Amino acid sequence: MPENANTDSHEHHSDANAVGPAQGEKKYWLDDLGNVQKIYRSLWVLCALLVAADLFYEKHIEFPVEGFLGFFGFYGFVSCVLLVLAATQLRKVVGRDEDYYDR
Amino acid sequence: MIDSFPPGWLLIFGGLLVPLFRGRVRSAYMLLLPALGFIQLLLMPEGELLQLSIFDYSLTPVRVDPLSLVFGYIFHIAAFLGMIFALRVKDTGQHVAAFIYAGSAIGAVFAGDLITLFVYWEIAAISSVFLIWARRSERSYRAGMRYLIFQIASGVLLLAGTLAHFYQTGSLAFDYLGINSLGGMLILIAFGIKCAFPLLHNWLEDAYPEATVTGTVFLSSFTTKMAVYALARGFPGTEQLIWIGAIMAAFPIFYAVIVNDLRRVLTYSMNNQLGFMVVGVGIGTELALNGAAAHAFADILFKGVLFMSMGAVLLRTGTVKGSELGGLYKSMPWTAAFCIVGAASISAFPLFSAFATKSMILSATAENHYAFVYFVLLFASAGVFHHSGIKIPYFAFFGHDSGIRCKEAPRNMLIAMGLAASLCIGIGVFPGVLYNVLPFPVDYEPYTVTHVITQLQLLFWSAVAFAWLNWVGLYPPELRSVNLDSDWLFRRFVPRMFGPVTRAFGGGWTRMLDQLGRRATATVQTVHRHHGPQGILERTWPTGSMALWVAILLAMILLLYYYYR
Repeated sequence: MPENANTDSHEHHSDANAVGPAQGEKKYWLDDLGNVQKIYRSLWVLCALLVAADLFYEKHIEFPVEGFLGFFGFYGFVSCVLLVLAATQLRKVVGRDEDYYDR
Repeated sequence: MIDSFPPGWLLIFGGLLVPLFRGRVRSAYMLLLPALGFIQLLLMPEGELLQLSIFDYSLTPVRVDPLSLVFGYIFHIAAFLGMIFALRVKDTGQHVAAFIYAGSAIGAVFAGDLITLFVYWEIAAISSVFLIWARRSERSYRAGMRYLIFQIASGVLLLAGTLAHFYQTGSLAFDYLGINSLGGMLILIAFGIKCAFPLLHNWLEDAYPEATVTGTVFLSSFTTKMAVYALARGFPGTEQLIWIGAIMAAFPIFYAVIVNDLRRVLTYSMNNQLGFMVVGVGIGTELALNGAAAHAFADILFKGVLFMSMGAVLLRTGTVKGSELGGLYKSMPWTAAFCIVGAASISAFPLFSAFATKSMILSATAENHYAFVYFVLLFASAGVFHHSGIKIPYFAFFGHDSGIRCKEAPRNMLIAMGLAASLCIGIGVFPGVLYNVLPFPVDYEPYTVTHVITQLQLLFWSAVAFAWLNWVGLYPPELRSVNLDSDWLFRRFVPRMFGPVTRAFGGGWTRMLDQLGRRATATVQTVHRHHGPQGILERTWPTGSMALWVAILLAMILLLYYYYR
């Protein structure tokens, strides 16, 4: 298998397809994509439950907007999505090759 | 006896003796020093314990009060944990440097006057740079130089500010200073450099990731928290700090998302956590100052665990680049578990430390009706979970399996991480213990239904945002890259712009400036002579030009001072 030998001798494991658990190695629970999917789905369920929880207690708040159902969840989600999208744009402006300062 | 022996000296002078011991005796000795120092603190009465008069100046080298004690306690704990983590390091110089550094940081928080503070400030600056240089590479050498120049500049400003302050008030006491005088302003900038204020921040992100595996753990504990202490002492209730802190809390997280070196990600997130503390100092109420002190305490521990876990990864795999790592939970399950505890703590999950500490600052912001700042901090809280809480563990230990298989971290490192992680949980579960040592009486209950539910909402929806962005492929991949930050100004812009100008002035002018630079940074030069071939300094523009800038800065301060008279 000349191709395999080629990727193995490469110093960095940058090729996404060339890496992963080796054959015959112990298989972990997270190696199964189905299980990762389960975690992903349960996360959404948990989030929904947390919003529903807002209905069952008296919120003590300082600013009126915090009183909306699931406000903190909404705020967290939107913050993170905007953060990541903005950071992706930022990378276009400030991102340079790794050896930028060494040249 | 114990009254007149300044805190920190045990570590500074005890640390100098480390080279005399070998093997197990050395290990025991290294752990004994911070333990004894901690006991010394417990036995110390409060008050101004040591006073000196030199000519007309009255100095107070040791002043013990609740604010200094809380920082004193955590600095000893940090030194103890750091030493466990570093036990197997063979490079004795690093141990000595770490002890002197930790000891001077401790000395600084018990300094009752500005001159004593300045002395410790400078010892901490100089001793700490050896933890960066100990990596012994060209890269770390240069980063250390840049770091040192910032640290020395901070010291110069502190001294200039002290003189101006003394001239104006006739007092050298380190108490409330305020920004309504030249001295106060200069001292604020000096503190601001060490606290990584916006645009003065970049030494932190630049240098810490270039230090050794164990060095970064020490660095993360002391310098910046010493600055938080100094701000809380000198500038509580300074409204400008609220805005500065809010900027610090928000901006670094954008970088943290795209930076590849995971230890550098942690420095950006540290900058963000410092922002919270600065906001707390700026608000200046009892709750806010308690929050700032408590959060500094908690931060040292969770940042400690996070830097330790990434240090262990660097030690075992030779890299901490997100683009190269992944799937390490198979090889380093304990390290991964401790990292997750640190991540949960910095993210302020209920039952973890920041839930009980950061929330004090947020509550103080809300109580004082800084609505905008409050929502910025809330954004920063979601963001910190996103990059420190998820990104760090995810890209190192989970994510795409990199195929790297290595040994678990050495036992001493696991013990250090385990202890620090336990303390993170301890503070989260029993916040009352920490609240008891805070500067002011605490009337605050973190575990209310509203706080727990809203915090969980914020965090889990942030987590789901990360998962969703990953799922649909919108999350930016980890790339081998560097990101320009304000360091670009002095690493690229200044040399490129002024290089030709200085050359055009001819050799004589350059030599004269060079002479100036050399005098201003005599210490730097001495250190340098012992450290590297002279050629490096000549070749590397950043170091040469920065030495020059320090000289110019010094001259400007002197001018300012004379003008002011």
